[in-house]
Amino acid sequence: MTRRLPRFLTPVMTLGLALLALVLVPGLLGQFVADPEQMRLMAGGINAPPGHDHPLGTQNEGRDLLTYILKGMPNTLLIGLVGGGSAVLLGTVLGMLAGYVGGLLDGVVRNTVDIGLTIPPLAILIMIAASFSIVTPLMMGLVIALTSWMHPTRVIRSQVLSLREREFVLLLRLSGASPLHIVFRELMPNLIPFLAATFVNAVATAILASIGLEVLGLGSFQTPTLGNLIYFAIIGNAMWLGLWWWWLPPIVIFIVLFMGLFFVSTALDTLANPRLEQG
Amino acid sequence: MTPRYLGMRLATFVLTILVASTLNFAISRLTPQDPIAALLGRMASRGRTVENGAEILALYRERLGLDDPLPQQYLNYMGNLLRGDLGYSLAFFPIKAEAVILRALPWTIGLLSVATLLAFTVGNLLGALAVWPRVPAGFRWLVYLSMPFSAVPYYLLALILVYLFALNWSVFPLGGAFTPGSVRGFDLATLGDLLHHATLPVLSVVLAVIGFWALSMRGIMATVLGDDYLIYAQARGLRSRRIFSHYAMRNAMLPQVTALAIDFGRLISGQVLVEIIFNYPGVGWVLYNALRAADFFVIQGVTLFMVFAVALATLILDLIYPLLDPRIRY
Repeated sequence: MTRRLPRFLTPVMTLGLALLALVLVPGLLGQFVADPEQMRLMAGGINAPPGHDHPLGTQNEGRDLLTYILKGMPNTLLIGLVGGGSAVLLGTVLGMLAGYVGGLLDGVVRNTVDIGLTIPPLAILIMIAASFSIVTPLMMGLVIALTSWMHPTRVIRSQVLSLREREFVLLLRLSGASPLHIVFRELMPNLIPFLAATFVNAVATAILASIGLEVLGLGSFQTPTLGNLIYFAIIGNAMWLGLWWWWLPPIVIFIVLFMGLFFVSTALDTLANPRLEQG
Repeated sequence: MTPRYLGMRLATFVLTILVASTLNFAISRLTPQDPIAALLGRMASRGRTVENGAEILALYRERLGLDDPLPQQYLNYMGNLLRGDLGYSLAFFPIKAEAVILRALPWTIGLLSVATLLAFTVGNLLGALAVWPRVPAGFRWLVYLSMPFSAVPYYLLALILVYLFALNWSVFPLGGAFTPGSVRGFDLATLGDLLHHATLPVLSVVLAVIGFWALSMRGIMATVLGDDYLIYAQARGLRSRRIFSHYAMRNAMLPQVTALAIDFGRLISGQVLVEIIFNYPGVGWVLYNALRAADFFVIQGVTLFMVFAVALATLILDLIYPLLDPRIRY
C-alpha cells in the first residue's frame, strides 16, 4: 500500500517549506544555544576571520557574529510576523466588511486604500522613524503594519465581492443569518488558502520594509537584528576591508528566507486559484 | 479623453499629495518634543553630536513657528510647500533643502528611468518568448532562473554585485557616478565614464525586477495565445515574427503598463537604498546623509519628493493609457 502525500504538499510548496525550515529552525532555536557572553564587546579579537572559537568570525568591536545572528534572527522574524500579521488582520476585517456590506463603508475603505497605495510606504516609515524612536521589534512591526494594510485590504475585498454572489450566501441570507456570521463564519473559511498566501506575502513585505529602515540607520540599535547587522557592516566598511564573514551571512540568510516565502506563497496561490495552473 | 476623466484624475493626484503632506506634517508634530529636538536627541544618543545644536534649535523653532497654534503652523507649512520652499538644510546651512534635492535629482531620474525601461523591456520579452511556440527551450529556463532574483531585495543584490564585480574582479568602479577629478563635458569619454559607473547600480535594480515582469508576462501571454485573432492572423499567412510583435505583444503589454504604475513606489524606494550602497549622488544618497546629520528639512523634502514622483508617474501612465488601448474611452 502506498501512502499518499497530503494534497497541499506540491513540489513548489515542499521546496519553499524546506528553505524556510533552513532559516526558521536555527532562527528560533539558536537563541537558546547561543552564549550571551559572546555578544559582549571584545569577546574575541577585532575583525577576526572565522575560526575555531568564532565559527563566523567577529566584527570591529570584537563581538562574535554567529551569536549576534542567532540572537538577531528571532527579532527579525518577530518584526515580520507582527508586521505581516497585523496588516493582514486589519486587511481581513476591513476588506471583508467593505466587500460584503458595501455602501458608504465600502466607498470610504476603497478610496482610502486607493490613495494609500500610491503613497510609497518607505516615505511614511522614514518620517515616523525619524520623529519617534522605535525601540522594540514589536513597535517596529506595528509601525510597518500601519503602512502596509492597504494591499491585503484590496485583494481580500475583491475576493469577498466575487464570493458574496454565490448561491450558498444567498441561501444563508434568506435563512436569516446575520451579516457578521456570514462574513466571518461562512465566507472566511472559503478564503483560508487565499488568506494564507496574503499573509506570507505580507510577512515578506514587513521584513523587507524593516531591512530598508535598518539599512538607512533608522532601526532600534538596542536590539540585534539582521538588518542592523548589515547597517553596521556598511558603516564599519566591512565590504572594503574584505571582511566577508561580517556582511555575507545575513545576506545569505535573507536570500534563503525570501526565496522560501516566495515559493510558499506561489504554492498557496495555486491552491487558492486552481484555474491558474492551466494558464 | 473626456474633461470629466481628466478632472477626476487630476483631483486624485492633488488629493494624494495633500494627504501625504498632511501625514508628513502630522507625524512630525505628534512627537512629544518638537521634531528638531527629537531628531538631535536621537543622533546624540548614538554618539553623533551636531555642532552648535542649541543655535540651530532656536533657528528652527522660529522657522517652524512652533509657538504658533497648530492650525496656523499647518497653514504655514502648506503655504511654504506650495511655493516650493522646503526650508534650510542643516548640514549645508545657507543652502535650501530644495536646492540640495534638486542637485541630486538628475542622477536619480537617470538611473531610475534607464533601469526601469531596461527591466521592463527585457523582462516582458523574456516572459513572452518563454511561451511562444518554436522558441528554444533555453528561454523557458531563463525565466525560471530569473525568478529567485525577484524574491531578493535590490540592495542585498547590490552588495553582492559590488563584492563580485568591483572588489573581486575590479571590472566596475566601487561607487560614485563619475571618476573624481575627471573633466566632465559633452563628449564620448564622459559618457563612457558615466555608463561605467552606472552599470552596477542599474544591474542590481534590473536583475531584481526582471523576474517579476517575465513571470507575469508569461501568464498573460499564455492566455493571449489561445485567442481567435491570433489564429486568424496565422490563417492570413502573416509571418510569425509579425504576429508576435504586432498582435500578441501589443495586447499582452496592456496589463503590464498598469502594473508598472502600481509598482513605481517599490521601484523608487529600492532605488533610494541602492544609491546608498553605491555612493551614487542621487536623492537616496542625500537622504542617507541627511538622516546621519539630523537634517530635518532635507529628510522631509526627500520623503515628499518620493510621494510626488510616484503620484506623478501614476498620473502620466493613467493619461497615456487610453492612447495605448484604443478600446478605452474615458
